[in-house]
Amino acid sequence: MASSSFSSADLLRFASAVASGDVRVIDLTQTLTPEFPVIVLPPEFGQAAPFRMEEISRYDERGPGWYWNNFTLSEHTGTHFDAPIHWITGRDLPEASVDTIAPRRFVAPACVIDVSKQCAEDPDFTLSVDHVLDWEARHGRIPAGAWVLLRTDWSKLPSRAYANMKDDGAHTPGPGAEVMKWLIEARDVHGFGTETIGTDHGQATHFNPPHPAHHYIHGAGKYGLQCLCNLDLLPPTGAVIISAPLKIKQGSGSPLRVLALVADGDRE
Amino acid sequence: MSVRPRQNYNGVVAAAPVTIPYERYSIHAAHWWIGRALRALADLARLKPADIDGFSVSSFTVGPDTAIGLTQHFGLSPRFLDHVPLGGASGVVALRRAARAVQAGDADMIACVAADTNHVDSFRRTLSTFSRFAQDAVYPYGSGGPNASFALITRAYMDRFGATREDFGRICVAQRDNALAFPHALMKKPLTLAEYMDARAISDPIHLFDCVMPCAGAEAFLVCTEERARDLGLPFVRILSTIERHNAFMDDPIQFRGGWVVDLDAFYGHAGVKPDDVDLLQTYDDYPVISMMQIEDLGFCKKGEAASFVRAHDLTFRGDFPHNTSGGQLSVGQAGAAGGYLGLVEAMRQLCGEAGANQVRDAEIALVSGFGMINYDRGLASGAAIIARA
Amino acid sequence: MTEPLVKPKRKDPLKRTRLPLSPQGARSRTALGLVAAAAEGRFALQVCDQCAKIVYPPRDACPACFAPAPPFRDVPPEGALLATTTIRTSTDTYYRERMPWRVGTIRLDCGPSIVAHIHGDVSDGDRVRMSLHLDRSGQAVAFALPLTETPAMADDPQLREMTCDPKFRRALVTDGRTAVGQAAAKALSDAGASIVFVGLADEWKPFPGDAALRAIPNVEIVPLDVTNSESVGDLAADIGGRVDIIVNTAEHVRPGGLMARRGLVVAREEMEIRYFGLMRLAQSFGPILRMRGADGVNSATAIVNFLFVHALANLPEFGAYSATEAACLSATHSLRSELRPGGVKCINIFHGPLETEWFQTVPPPKVAPSALGKAAVDALRRGLEDVFVGDIAQDIRARAAANPKALEREL
Repeated sequence: MASSSFSSADLLRFASAVASGDVRVIDLTQTLTPEFPVIVLPPEFGQAAPFRMEEISRYDERGPGWYWNNFTLSEHTGTHFDAPIHWITGRDLPEASVDTIAPRRFVAPACVIDVSKQCAEDPDFTLSVDHVLDWEARHGRIPAGAWVLLRTDWSKLPSRAYANMKDDGAHTPGPGAEVMKWLIEARDVHGFGTETIGTDHGQATHFNPPHPAHHYIHGAGKYGLQCLCNLDLLPPTGAVIISAPLKIKQGSGSPLRVLALVADGDRE
Repeated sequence: MSVRPRQNYNGVVAAAPVTIPYERYSIHAAHWWIGRALRALADLARLKPADIDGFSVSSFTVGPDTAIGLTQHFGLSPRFLDHVPLGGASGVVALRRAARAVQAGDADMIACVAADTNHVDSFRRTLSTFSRFAQDAVYPYGSGGPNASFALITRAYMDRFGATREDFGRICVAQRDNALAFPHALMKKPLTLAEYMDARAISDPIHLFDCVMPCAGAEAFLVCTEERARDLGLPFVRILSTIERHNAFMDDPIQFRGGWVVDLDAFYGHAGVKPDDVDLLQTYDDYPVISMMQIEDLGFCKKGEAASFVRAHDLTFRGDFPHNTSGGQLSVGQAGAAGGYLGLVEAMRQLCGEAGANQVRDAEIALVSGFGMINYDRGLASGAAIIARA
Repeated sequence: MTEPLVKPKRKDPLKRTRLPLSPQGARSRTALGLVAAAAEGRFALQVCDQCAKIVYPPRDACPACFAPAPPFRDVPPEGALLATTTIRTSTDTYYRERMPWRVGTIRLDCGPSIVAHIHGDVSDGDRVRMSLHLDRSGQAVAFALPLTETPAMADDPQLREMTCDPKFRRALVTDGRTAVGQAAAKALSDAGASIVFVGLADEWKPFPGDAALRAIPNVEIVPLDVTNSESVGDLAADIGGRVDIIVNTAEHVRPGGLMARRGLVVAREEMEIRYFGLMRLAQSFGPILRMRGADGVNSATAIVNFLFVHALANLPEFGAYSATEAACLSATHSLRSELRPGGVKCINIFHGPLETEWFQTVPPPKVAPSALGKAAVDALRRGLEDVFVGDIAQDIRARAAANPKALEREL
């Protein structure tokens, strides 16, 4: 702390920049609705519960002066955070559940890789190391400890196209196995975020290893964010992500509000 | 098997016929009507409540009371108490039970009263809870009440014996004629056969003038020894014979006859009279088809011939076959259980010479018939009495 | 001959919707024995077990030998119509607005005389076939029908009061994704339903039979997820006033007993889809159905439930599922009572294992989904309340009635 050059004055300056709009706060969160698709596994497996809400009272005989609801959902419903313990590869890691992760890990910069054009043409688009290197050639090397967010514009699709389920599984874009291993080992990313239902590609069951995003991210104690939106409003670099999950005991993940801070001074 | 001889009713009389004028609707309870009848009897016989040591009551609307509750209500302390919930057979049955009690010395002065009130909604309520079988197996079927049940009996009777609506109409028209001369009748408008035929259908083949009108009212008489009646200066009649028989012919698929047939020979034998000797007949006329059945089953004609019988006779009090001389329930009104007393009380007036404008000349012997309680698909109770001028 | 029904015109928005009334529903306890037969479409009367006398109206002792409580048994329904009457006035509010109404006396070949409702195609002297129906009060009544089917027989206005015929009515099939849902939609369409709304949850999830479902005449796909209160409420707000029949086809068959299940996730899904699903439908659609019970030719008339017959006796192989179904069965009894003031029926169609994926490992006999669809329509047409489809369902029903404890051990 003694060596810190960041003072409370800096923090207050930041706060007033947020208040004035010089630092814009962009909401990367989908609204929790009952209709929003959740991950579908083969029916013999356990299934994630969709979002459901039951009114407790609404200024009526059940509670004359107040309105409130009970809701149910899984840890992995809507815009949500994946903790390392979510995957078998991360099960033995320290600070791997949402309640034990150090709070500072919930604030980190983001690199946004825009592959929306490719995805518009090919729902099976698979991110490769070359794609990332190409991005780095234009925007610089991904720094250690940064989120990599994959902009596919998938969040803008209607739900049928968004889930895009066929009789051979979902057809949605995502990372290949090689690039995930590389992002972890060569770039030491903070985590990986997507607009699709999961961090993995729709056909990732057939990758080697299966579900490579989950496999490598969580195996390395890193985090996932999925069902994000508004990634098209972020700059390729420079945004800071605030993503604090609910403090669920031994929680494997959590729905959350994901916010991006973008400094307007970066524009033009 | 030898038939045990029945005792006669010598020395026992029915006295003091009383009718409390009917009202279409009443705001009073049945108790009020019973009280008025008791007061009328007391006035005639100069009795105080303590002088009445027997009480027989018939009423559908006296609930939740029964006869015992009424003793306290009216300050009676009887040593004979009877409740006769037999509808149209109530009068005959009350008479024969009371007569035997007096004859045996169990009571000296029995007041027999039938009364019902009629509130605006009481008829509907009575129908829907009339009996368990009515509740379970009749009322849920169109809720036509007795009109529908007797329509089926009437239809089957017409099909079986060739009776026509005109034949029923003769009974109704003659009774209306009688009613015009009876001061207490509710129906005071003359009725022609054409009007009868043109009336609206209620439940085919039953039309408007085949139906009685529910109303409130009371009928009553006293039963005592002849000696007592003379001492009190009361008008009275002798009792020659009575019968009752219930749920007869239970295997008939649909009713076309009643229990009178079973005991007919004993009935006339006991009285020592023949049908020809009868000067006036009071049948229970909730529907004209039932009057026809009684004319047949009481031996005035053969089974199935009542239609031609009514065509061949003048049924008015002036006619050759005086029938329901006050107008019957069809024209006087049906005051619930009092309808089961109406014919008996009218017959008593006739034999006592107190029938006023309706008086049948030289009336010596009257036959009064009762029929009642359509529990399911047919009337169950039947009874009859032959009474004579004193 | 019965005039065939004409398709009702659209409702006059200036006319008040008449409130439903009921015929008198009070019955003696003994007479309720008829309800059990009517609910299943059987014709049963009391038959003395000591002297074989056939008894009607229901009595507490045999009138031929005084044997107590003659039991109800199926008896031959044929008889002769002795007399009829057309009632034109009634003191009863229900019948007053349905006058004229025909009743008659029937002499049954097996003995008793019965006063009954009379079909328009029979007249005095005819031979008739008796049936027991549940009237709008939910109680059993006898009905005299023609011996053989007549044209437009089901359209007889008195008979239609007793039944829930889908003809010209609008039905909602709650889940078109299931094989049973698709079969029910087809059967209702074939039966002349003027609209068959078919609910689909998660339209983004493809399913087999989608195209065929959409091709069924008069089918309209609507968004409906019975696990989502908002979805059920929204649909009721949209089409509730135009739904006369609900056929609940939402299902969630999963194997396993209580211990075999790891945790409650699947059990909750079962309860959400089956028990709470039914409750949501009841809450959102029930009050509208009940209010529209006398709304003309296409009045609201029934909710149909499909129930696993092991609601009656638990099948441990599907132990948790059987328990959910038992909860649903109990709920339907509450629903029945709640809908009764509207004259709306709650029809339960019990079935054993189906020819569907989740009963893959269960040996035959199994029931084809199409058989359930047809059973639903048949139950609606006859106004039944309890239907047991297929050999297994019949068998379990009989064994549960005979000795429930023995059945528990046998399963």
